[in-house]
Amino acid sequence: MRYSGIRVIKEALSGHKGWGPLWRDPEPKPHYDFVIIGGGGHGLATAYYLAREFGESRIAVLERGWIGGGNVGRNTTIIRSNYLLDGNEPFYEFSLKLWERLEQDFNYNAMVSQRGILNLVHTDAQRDAARRRGNAMILNGSDAELLDTEGVRKLYPFLNFDNARFPIKGGLLHRRGGTVRHDAVAWGYARGADQRGVDIIQNCEATGFKVEDGKCLGVETTRGFIGAGKVGVSVAGSSSRVMALAGMRLPMESHVLQAFVSEGLKPVLPGVITYGAGHFYCSQSDKGGLVFGGDIDGYNSYAQRGNLPVIEDVAEGGVSLIPALGRVRLLRAWGGIMDMSMDGSPIIDNTHIEGLSFNGGWCYGGFKATPAAGWCFAHLLKTGQPHETATAYRFDRFRRGYMIDEKGQGAQPNLH
Amino acid sequence: MIINHPLLGPRDAQEFTYLGDASLIHRPDWQGEDASGQFHDYLYLRDNLAGQHRELWFHEVGDRSWLVVTRNTLTHEITNVELARDVARREGRGK
Repeated sequence: MRYSGIRVIKEALSGHKGWGPLWRDPEPKPHYDFVIIGGGGHGLATAYYLAREFGESRIAVLERGWIGGGNVGRNTTIIRSNYLLDGNEPFYEFSLKLWERLEQDFNYNAMVSQRGILNLVHTDAQRDAARRRGNAMILNGSDAELLDTEGVRKLYPFLNFDNARFPIKGGLLHRRGGTVRHDAVAWGYARGADQRGVDIIQNCEATGFKVEDGKCLGVETTRGFIGAGKVGVSVAGSSSRVMALAGMRLPMESHVLQAFVSEGLKPVLPGVITYGAGHFYCSQSDKGGLVFGGDIDGYNSYAQRGNLPVIEDVAEGGVSLIPALGRVRLLRAWGGIMDMSMDGSPIIDNTHIEGLSFNGGWCYGGFKATPAAGWCFAHLLKTGQPHETATAYRFDRFRRGYMIDEKGQGAQPNLH
Repeated sequence: MIINHPLLGPRDAQEFTYLGDASLIHRPDWQGEDASGQFHDYLYLRDNLAGQHRELWFHEVGDRSWLVVTRNTLTHEITNVELARDVARREGRGK
C-alpha cells in the first residue's frame, strides 16, 4: 500500500475501510542472516537500510516492549547538523541530508519541518565559539549564519534581550535544522522495513547471547533462541545491560533526561531556540504545545522519570529567556534513559566477539542521528567496515586517546 | 531525593554533586604492572548497574564530605548512606 493524495481521496469516499496495519506481527523464525536487538528508531532504521540499500531480506528486529515506546517516542524531536569536531560533523550532515529526503524515501509523512535552529550567544567568548562552530559547519557542507542582536530580534522579538546578566548578543542560526514528528519516524521505518520483508518481533526481550569459539551464533530471547549470521545491538539507554550479557563493560553511564510540554498555544515560536546561559531549549509542536527540555538529572538512573529540581531549573531558564512563558502552564513532564558515553560521542563498532556489533552511547543526541546511525550500522553489519562518516566512533578511542570530546568535559558523563 | 547524611541527617539531594560509581575509590597503582591499561578501565569503563548501585556524592553546599550512597537506579530509593572515608578505610584505602 502506497500513500498518495489519490489514495486519501479514494479512502475518504469508501469509508476508510482500506487502511491496513502498517506492519505484520510475525512469529520469530529459527534463524536470520541479521538480528537487530532494539526496535527503536535506530534499530528500525538499521533494518530498513540493510534491506533497502544493502539488498538483505532475512532480517529480524527484536523489541522488548513495543515499537516507538522508548527514546524515539520520548525525545524533543529536533534534527540538526551543527557540530564542531571532524569526527562528528560529517556524520550529522549525512544524517540531515537523509532527513531531507526521508519522507519520499519511505513514503510516509514524518512531518519533517526545517524551521531553523538558533543557538543564542550572550558573551564575546560565546560569539567567537559560535563563529568557529559555524565555520566548521560550513566547511562540512552544512549551513550557518551568525546573527547580531537585531537579527535575533527580527525573528524572536519577545525574548529577554536586555537581561542585565545575560543580554542576548546574537545567535548562530542553522536554517536547515528543525523538527520531525518522532513517532512517525519509528512507524515509517517500521513500515518500510516490513514491506521489504523484515520481521519486527515485539514483546521479545534478549536474555543472552550464544557465543562459541569467539563467534556469536544467535540470541536467547523470551520467545526462544533465534539464530543469527550477525547480531547488531541498538538499545539506547540499556546498552550496558545488554552488552553485559556478552561479558562487556562499556564506557558509559545511564542517566535520565527529562522533557516537557506546555498547554497548546497559538503559533508563537517559529523555530527552535536554545538558551546560551542556562539549560533550556524550546520549539512549538504543530499541535501548539511548547516542547522544551534542559539538562540530565545528573545521577545514574534506569527509571524513566526524573526529579523536581531539574524541572524547576528548566522552568527558571525558560522564564528568564522568554518572560511571557511565566503565564504558560506546564502540561506534562517525562523522562528517557540516555547512554551517556565518556566523551559525549557515540559508538558504532564491532566488538571482540565475531558477528556481534554495537550501536549506542548517543547521550541525548540520538534522535537527530537516526537515519545516519541506521545507515552506518547497516553498513558495518553488511561489510564489517565502518561507513566513511562514522570511522571515529570506535570502542578503542578511549584507550588510544582519540576521544571526540565535543563539549570538552572529559570522562565525566553527567557533565556532557 | 533525600539523602540521609550520617552526620547531618536528611538533606535534599540538591545540596550534593554526583561523581559516580563508588568503585572510583579504588584508584589503581600508578607504578603497577599494566598501569595504563588499569587506568583506562578505571577512568572509562563502568558497570552501570540497573538496581542497587553504590555511588559517590559530595556535599558541596553542606559540610563538604564525600558520601557513599546505596541507591536503586530503577526506583531512586536510597537504602544506605555512609561516609566515604569510613568505606575507604574499611576497604583498605586511605590512612
